[in-house]
Amino acid sequence: MLITSRGRVKTLLATGALAATTALILSGCGARAGDTVETTAPAAASCIDTTGDTIKLGFLNSLTGGMAISEKTVSNVLHMAADEINADGGILGKQIEYVQEDGATDWPTFAEKTEKLLTQDCVAAIFGGWTSSSRKAVKPVVEENNGLFFYPVQYEGLEASPNIYYTGATTNQQILPAMDFLASEGVKTLFLAGSDYVFPRTANAIIKLYAAELGIEIVGEEYVPLDKDDWTTQVAKIAEAKPDFVFNTINGSSNVGFIKAYYDAGLTPETTPIISVSIAEEEAPAMGHEVTGNYASWNYFQSLDTPDNATFIDAWKAYPGSSGVTSDPMEAAYISMYLYKALVEKAGSFEVDDVNAAAAEGGVTFDAPEGTVTLDGENHHISKPGHIGKINAENQFDIVWSSDGVIEPDPYLEEYDWFPADVRDALVTSAG
Amino acid sequence: MDGLIPPLLNGTAQGALLLLAALGLSLTFGQMGVINMAHGEFLMAGAFIAYLTQQVISSSDLSIPVALPLAFLGAGLLGLLVEVSIIQWMYRRPLDTLLVTVGVSLILQQAALQIFPAQGVPVEKPGWLDGQLAVLGYDWPLRQVFTLVLAALCVAALAGWLKYSSFGRRIRATVQNRDLAETSGVPTRSIDRITFFVGSGLAGVAGVAASLIGGTNSQMGTQYIIPAFLVVVAGGIGQIKGTIIAAWVVGVAMAYFADWTTGSLAQVLAFVLVVVFLQFRPQGLFTVRTRGLT
Amino acid sequence: MKNLKPWLPLIGIGVLALVLLAVAPSVLSMHWINNLGKYCCWAIAAVGIGLAWGRGGMLVMGQGVFFGLGAYSMAMHLTLESAGPDSLPIFMILYDPLAPLPAFWEPFRSDLFTLLAILLLPVIVASILGYALFKSRVKGAYFAILTQALAVALAVLISSTIRETGGDTGLSDFKYFFGFVLSDDGNKLMVYLIAAALLVVCLLVVWQLGRSRFGELLIATRDAEERVRFLGYDPANIKLVAFVVAAVMASIAGAMFVPIVGIITPQEIGASASILMIAGVALGGRASLFGPALGAMAIGWGQSSLGSSWPSGWIYILGLLFILVTLFLPMGLSSLVGKVTGLVWRPRATPTATTPAPEFTAPEFTEVKK
Repeated sequence: MLITSRGRVKTLLATGALAATTALILSGCGARAGDTVETTAPAAASCIDTTGDTIKLGFLNSLTGGMAISEKTVSNVLHMAADEINADGGILGKQIEYVQEDGATDWPTFAEKTEKLLTQDCVAAIFGGWTSSSRKAVKPVVEENNGLFFYPVQYEGLEASPNIYYTGATTNQQILPAMDFLASEGVKTLFLAGSDYVFPRTANAIIKLYAAELGIEIVGEEYVPLDKDDWTTQVAKIAEAKPDFVFNTINGSSNVGFIKAYYDAGLTPETTPIISVSIAEEEAPAMGHEVTGNYASWNYFQSLDTPDNATFIDAWKAYPGSSGVTSDPMEAAYISMYLYKALVEKAGSFEVDDVNAAAAEGGVTFDAPEGTVTLDGENHHISKPGHIGKINAENQFDIVWSSDGVIEPDPYLEEYDWFPADVRDALVTSAG
Repeated sequence: MDGLIPPLLNGTAQGALLLLAALGLSLTFGQMGVINMAHGEFLMAGAFIAYLTQQVISSSDLSIPVALPLAFLGAGLLGLLVEVSIIQWMYRRPLDTLLVTVGVSLILQQAALQIFPAQGVPVEKPGWLDGQLAVLGYDWPLRQVFTLVLAALCVAALAGWLKYSSFGRRIRATVQNRDLAETSGVPTRSIDRITFFVGSGLAGVAGVAASLIGGTNSQMGTQYIIPAFLVVVAGGIGQIKGTIIAAWVVGVAMAYFADWTTGSLAQVLAFVLVVVFLQFRPQGLFTVRTRGLT
Repeated sequence: MKNLKPWLPLIGIGVLALVLLAVAPSVLSMHWINNLGKYCCWAIAAVGIGLAWGRGGMLVMGQGVFFGLGAYSMAMHLTLESAGPDSLPIFMILYDPLAPLPAFWEPFRSDLFTLLAILLLPVIVASILGYALFKSRVKGAYFAILTQALAVALAVLISSTIRETGGDTGLSDFKYFFGFVLSDDGNKLMVYLIAAALLVVCLLVVWQLGRSRFGELLIATRDAEERVRFLGYDPANIKLVAFVVAAVMASIAGAMFVPIVGIITPQEIGASASILMIAGVALGGRASLFGPALGAMAIGWGQSSLGSSWPSGWIYILGLLFILVTLFLPMGLSSLVGKVTGLVWRPRATPTATTPAPEFTAPEFTEVKK
């Protein structure tokens, strides 16, 4: 309003000039959708430097912001694994030189740092990430630059990228074993409680399908935002529904509020036990004794009795900055580093295409703390045993159920005919 | 019918926690005009003090009652430190207090993350809070009742202090007309400090209550700060009774919304409700007529 | 010399345009071009905040809402474009492969509709919101808290509507930008140049508004709303215009952010993102022309470089910046420039943007008018 006319002309002129410039820019350059250039541009020439006696690797974890709560430990374990490998002679005789970046719990930052690690630091591979959002931010960048990303956390599956290696569980290695365990316990009614975001919603969608198959009735489903601790209203509903079991896909500090509200309502593991997929040795202490007696489904527990686990635990306890306990995501991060070492040694090269080719040949294994794991060359996930642990008074887990040997990774649930084929096909097609 | 009772009672308790978090703000924001975005981190300080107290007094039956005054003192002193070092220079610039306290809050959060275990720490509830109270056919968890009682005690103490003590009289005098109060010999500077100390201390008490309900970690303050401000704004500044009613309404509304829809939608609806309400009563539920201070 | 002064800002804009559009592309690597593009987006939003807050006195703490409107409009369009005609975005297939595309997605297939939405959606939302808030004379801290609450509400809403919006994982993996392949370096440069050019346009708009009668009314409203009212103007309308312009700028910023960064999630529009947008404005100087833009770019750069080498330190530095700048330089770093050049130029008391404005925030304790 009330702009002097003289000024308006000037601005219009300037804007016009700019518009013209922009039009020039637009017409000047770039591939268009219709052009013959393939949609994923030819991978930029790799700038990985293998001439010296060191090799650069990137670590990308949130060291600040909300997710630092979980990701700091993963970063520490990665450092420990790298130090171990270095003390042992490195990878292909080269010492690991790591570049630690902070994802700052901010997904665009994850994308930015991935690009920086790949194009500025020229790292041979990146390790880290936690939330699915962080992985989804990283994915297009590693694919475009043909980099490698090792992701160490259990997640909702239904993904397989040629540039990502998933060392955490996919749904058929954590969610489905948990359901098998419930079926073996004779559970008839189940209540679903989750944080309101992608992992719980997807996990519960799969749980509902499998529950129908197993003859388990879902008697309720509640979601609360990730950053909200108060679960009293929802727990009152659980108390009213009186399910045989509660399936808990809550994440983060909200879990503490859930466990407290559950305990307060007079619900106990004897009458209405909870099975969780996000409470591990790291998280349980913050819930005190009120979580005792409930269950968790993981592929690794500190209490697992394997020779490699004892070594791993001792090494971690002695490592500076250690939290003293080991947990599934930490172990998966530890695996990711050694898996990369095994892949590179098999390939005899740090080049991404060589590493992927070595993976595709199959047979890459690592004697992990959870037992020997094998990489699936096609979907880049690893085989894992499934375990159910019961939380004891020391906030450690007593293993009460284990799967029959290791479970092969099946991110698209292809071996499960209750999973709608049209969904799978549509997903696979759109994923390319 | 009985499906209507649990949200009412739990919403009341939720409102009580919100009230505890907002009570301190209604002093520092309502009476002094300081927009303290670090209030949530003072609350966090209270929760960590409860944890530290439990490290010394291992019996949680005793440690929580001991932690309450300690948290008040600790968070109050933290507030006093911030007041003396920063806020006292900006009383004539209320919006700027918002910016500086955002800085304080960032620093306190990061410090807590580095000082304490990243995953957070456990605060055990006292054994005498185990169990439920049967109210109208609903087994109301005692922890919820405790929050309500604690909120009631804090309100009573604060109201009494403001109304009957000489400090309270001076605070009210300062709020109503700072210049006149100063001329009449009221030491407004020290009144400011005491008010800020008490307001921050109340956040500490709220922190103890919050540590019993949810997690105690570096991020815990962030979930309380916006709702608490909304409650103060909707209640009308300078009036505790407005804050009480607003907190109760928001708490109960959120519980019913959560019962009918989802926890996420409940939060969205409650926020929008307050914003819409303020269209019709931009000064909040109650307002106090003040003079001067312009 | 005497006549040059009013044109200095224009020269400044010209220099900035030259640096961003010509110098930067020729000296910076693609990685830094991309980063600079991201900073430009924040700078665009900051220019709007500078107008609303610095000159209009409205502390807009919820610019994430408008940033989100633009960003999600663009992201929905790019998602559909990447998915191809007649196919659903991946995340929707997951929850219900047979259900149709939600109705509000459908029009975003169109290029034109998307561009219009980016420009007009914020106008509509900001007009309704602003009209209601300003008419009922909500201001100061109330205004700040309410706008922030709305940003939080929108972020929570998006997080919880997973099939409709992608939830907290957001929208990502865009392949095309209006027909251009996004992974192509030439196209990335083009997207950057558009963002940079838009920043320059926004600066021109604010400069022009500042020179106009409206600009003077806006500052007058900020400093003495009552007096403006007594002079026969409606302060609500004046504030509304500034608020709407700021909203459009935030929306444009969000829209450009998407192709440059490649992902948008509710977190980018929530409370802390909205506050971070304020940080740059406060640092650079809220009431100056260049302060907000340069401040936002500095914060972005700090996050990229300092956040890299010393993550926890960066948070402390950011916190200290908030405190120290507000304490000692309430008008931001540009007021320092103003003071220094003031010594050299010894200007007459002209109302230039860099002159520290008197304290303006409307007091909270005004007598209630019924």
